Amino acid sequence: MKKNSRFAGFYMGLIFFLMYLPIAVVIVFSFNESKLPVKFTGFSLKWYQELIHDRAMLEALVNSLILGVLSCLVSAVIGTLGAVGLSRIHWKSKGALEYISILPLMIPEIILGMVLMAFFYMLNLPFGMLTLLIGHTVFCVPYILMEVKARLAGMDPALEEAARDLGAGPFRAFWDITLPLIMPAVISGSLLAFAMSMDDVVISIFVNGPRLSTLPIKVYTQLKTGVTPEINALCTILLAATLIIFIVYSLITKKKK
Amino acid sequence: MMNKLIELKNLTKNFDDQQVLRGINLDIYEKEFLTLLGPSGCGKTTTLRIIAGFEEPSDGEVLFNGIEISKLPPYKREVNTVFQKYALFPHLNVAENIGFGLNLKKVDKTVIAQKVERMLKMVGLEGFGKRDVTLLSGGQQQRVAIARALINEPKVLLLDEPLGALDAKIRKQMQVELKKIQQEVGITFIYVTHDQEEALSMSDTVVVMNNGEIQQIGSPTDIYNEPENRFVAGFIGESNIIEGTMIRDYLVAFDGFEFECVDKGFEDNEEIEVVLRPEDLDIVDPGQAKIRGIVRNITFKGVHYEILIETELRTYMVHTTDYAEVGREVGLKFGPEDIHVMCKMGSY
Repeated sequence: MKKNSRFAGFYMGLIFFLMYLPIAVVIVFSFNESKLPVKFTGFSLKWYQELIHDRAMLEALVNSLILGVLSCLVSAVIGTLGAVGLSRIHWKSKGALEYISILPLMIPEIILGMVLMAFFYMLNLPFGMLTLLIGHTVFCVPYILMEVKARLAGMDPALEEAARDLGAGPFRAFWDITLPLIMPAVISGSLLAFAMSMDDVVISIFVNGPRLSTLPIKVYTQLKTGVTPEINALCTILLAATLIIFIVYSLITKKKK
Repeated sequence: MMNKLIELKNLTKNFDDQQVLRGINLDIYEKEFLTLLGPSGCGKTTTLRIIAGFEEPSDGEVLFNGIEISKLPPYKREVNTVFQKYALFPHLNVAENIGFGLNLKKVDKTVIAQKVERMLKMVGLEGFGKRDVTLLSGGQQQRVAIARALINEPKVLLLDEPLGALDAKIRKQMQVELKKIQQEVGITFIYVTHDQEEALSMSDTVVVMNNGEIQQIGSPTDIYNEPENRFVAGFIGESNIIEGTMIRDYLVAFDGFEFECVDKGFEDNEEIEVVLRPEDLDIVDPGQAKIRGIVRNITFKGVHYEILIETELRTYMVHTTDYAEVGREVGLKFGPEDIHVMCKMGSY
């Protein structure tokens, strides 16, 4: 038994090592003095300094944040209303309807991107923040919809009936009772959606305008001209941000129970 | 009695292809404690939900003070509900839960606080206002649910198996308390349960339901002593049900003998069924009774023995404090008033 568990420990360690080694390398080299990612020549924050002074990079970051927050808010409203609506219908086609509403998660991103681009072109929409926002909303809605739907499924339908019984119209019953109770799911779904929006490259490339750049696109285009340790610094910052979002997310989902 | 408050007229309800209510006619009076009693799936909860406004009847009328309300949404009705699993709002504390209805009506905050205090006192939860409802015991949650409904001063309180989730001891205690509260506030209670003992001990009127139909309406004593059919007799208490013939008024025949009885109003020679309650039967020497049999089984039940006596035609159940050893031949004695004659039912 003991020998067996030692092997299991070794195996697990190896997998984690392989998974996280590249990330560790990036973090370590973001603090490297030298420009070449071969040898660690000394601790330095100069790449972070350079990053802060890189106006184009900062602009891309701001764009990504605006896009992330906006698409997250729009999808939160659409996704929540959708989940509540789905929970109230009892049609025979309900199953199909639920499947259709989370389909964007399963359609390959490259197809979704191409389709959206063609569609916006047909509509004569100017490519830019608006098209990005619509594109991101399309794939953000399902995350929120799924989270809220699961939360609603676990909610006693008598709660809303009780509110109506005590004198609340349909709107008040939703606002005073249902919404506060599904809020944790709305927030956790939104965080997930925000994280997805922040790092999306594929769809963004298709629906992006010529003058605008989001952070992932910027990083991607920089790769073509050669990696600078500045990218390492950026990745480290983004990793830290993702980690924080993940911790907040797990705290919220833990509190649900 | 008092004034009619609610009238159900020919209510039917279909869910998909299934008919769960098949023509319910019922008058409910002011200040009455009325219980809808029946096995699960008999339509009692559906009837309650139609009165509350959560379901619309497929056909028929619901009159409240003479006005048809079956299309009125729940929040416009002068009734409040205590739900089976209480349905307390988990994100609000005890006082906020109780004050919810008044808050919606935009009642002044200090008035709400006073009324909440009064309600907490009535249900015996003084000082619980700031507590988290999810941390209360079942019995306490139940009291909060009752207070939350009663604070709105409804004309009718609907209770959907409110004691179902409580353990036996607290349930007994809550039965007494509910009855006390009902007398205190002086409003109509409509109570749904499948527990016959609960129904008999609390109600002014019991409505026995089965299969979407009302089987009998009456006081607890009427329902117990004069069941109208085999279903009611079998559902309420234990009973010996015997097929027989009503020879004429006050004379009934079953098991090959004629017996004097107190029932009348049947047709001469009508096929009927007779109920003999186990506690109304006495065990005597074989020579002193018409019906005789052999003791097959005796079980000690605490207050009494349950004795099974096998006769030529059937097995009778007797509840008595007398002991009779297995295998002994005995006679079964009962008086005219112990025989309850009922109409024969085809389908049971």
